[in-house]
Amino acid sequence: MIVEIENLTINYDGILALDNVSLSVEEKDFLGIIGPNGAGKTTLFSCMLGLLNNYNGEIKFFGANIRKSKQYLHQIGFVPQKPVFEKNFPATVAEVVGMGLTKNQKDNTIDKVLQKVWLHELSHRRIGDLSGGQQQRVFIAKALVNDPQILILDEPVTGIDLQSKDLFYQILRDLNQKDNITVIWSSHDLDAVAKLASKVACLNRTLFFHGISEEFFHNENLLKMYSESSMQMHMHNHED
Amino acid sequence: MGFEILSYGFMQRALVSGIAIALMCSVVGLFLVLRRHSLFGDALAHSAFGGIAAGLFLGIYPIWTAFVVCILSALGLTKIRQRFQISGDAMVAILLSSGLAMGVILISLAGGFTVNLFSFLFGSILLVSLENTILILGLAGSILIVILLLYRQLVYTTFNEEQAKVSSIQVEKLSYLLVVIAGITVVSSMQLVGILLTSSLIVIPNVTAMLFSRGFKQTSILSMIFAVFSAVAGILTSYSFNVAPGGMIVLISIILFGGSLGIKSFRQKKRVLVLNKEATKLS
Repeated sequence: MIVEIENLTINYDGILALDNVSLSVEEKDFLGIIGPNGAGKTTLFSCMLGLLNNYNGEIKFFGANIRKSKQYLHQIGFVPQKPVFEKNFPATVAEVVGMGLTKNQKDNTIDKVLQKVWLHELSHRRIGDLSGGQQQRVFIAKALVNDPQILILDEPVTGIDLQSKDLFYQILRDLNQKDNITVIWSSHDLDAVAKLASKVACLNRTLFFHGISEEFFHNENLLKMYSESSMQMHMHNHED
Repeated sequence: MGFEILSYGFMQRALVSGIAIALMCSVVGLFLVLRRHSLFGDALAHSAFGGIAAGLFLGIYPIWTAFVVCILSALGLTKIRQRFQISGDAMVAILLSSGLAMGVILISLAGGFTVNLFSFLFGSILLVSLENTILILGLAGSILIVILLLYRQLVYTTFNEEQAKVSSIQVEKLSYLLVVIAGITVVSSMQLVGILLTSSLIVIPNVTAMLFSRGFKQTSILSMIFAVFSAVAGILTSYSFNVAPGGMIVLISIILFGGSLGIKSFRQKKRVLVLNKEATKLS
């Protein structure tokens, strides 16, 4: 196991955001984490990335408790939901990708990862001038620049057009299957998760399924349970 | 007049100090502008005014008290913002008015404005002493070295704090360091343009540079060129026309900004014309 989460519970802004969540990830897994808005997906990632520390339970990466060392972060690439940055920020695509460099790689690493996401021809363009889909690919390149073992993506295709989504999914598949990168990815897009993910974790503050993707998508009871729970959460969010 | 004025000691000191301050302001200012803290420099300058007044009131060299008050205010502001999640602009307003209030009270207790205070309000670069020139050079050199050493982390944190944290960057420590550096920069630059105009030197060259450049390095370099040009041209022309150098420096930087806006607008119009021509040809 390269990731082990045991009995993770966290209150966030006075609300129980995650309740006793336990899950594990094996090397080369493509884990799709699904759940409605407010289900705790981003909170789960924030705990895993060390951005939130006030949780109960244990999170281990590569066998080590993340409370004790942050070294594991060097093996992780993270792509946020919708990267927030000043629209007029004066940075080229190559400069943004280079920001992620933590090791002493040379500039050709930047070209290499930009080629992987099919953006090498735009390396001198200003980041704010790119489309949403292109920007997300830049953030994948940035996440890959340190040659990570695990790629974590938090609903990365939110607000992106269909064509860009397909290209994005193709890139993710290649990274997992050709480069053997473990992918942990949260998404609302059940069709995409069914096509891409080898394993699924279904989260709604608590984990109510974690296993092989086909098991989930071929089990009508589970799918029904998921859609009912999503609807409840949707109504609850609106009442709030 | 020609190059003769360059042989005067006061002019040499003014130009050397002016260039050092311009470099400091443009480099530190770029990070502040991009963090949407453009008015932070103004708030720090006003808190420095309180420090200057305290120094004059207590009979301590006012630059030292300005440094202390300015740095403590900058650190306090950052801590309060992080702890209580108060918006940046509201905190800037509080800092600005509290520094000014402290200054006004101390000045009234001391029996009114003094000539000394006016030189801090509007700058007095032509009167800068050799000791102050050395101090400014030392501070500018140290700040530029620190920023060069932490360049990548500072750029990354400015671009996206959350992602920088995930990359193991000590975001909070860097924020504190940046505000301390900003405080030192503001107090140093008071001697060039004065408290009332300090923030313009921090903001205008950077906003002008951002009109032209694509990348961060390119923006930094262009901003330094604009800032140094404004400082040198401002000092020289102010001497020729016998006007306040602080005002002249800021005026020149505003002219550069206005000119840049004109060039940018002309280029955009030209581009639209070319695209329209191509579209007509295709149709």
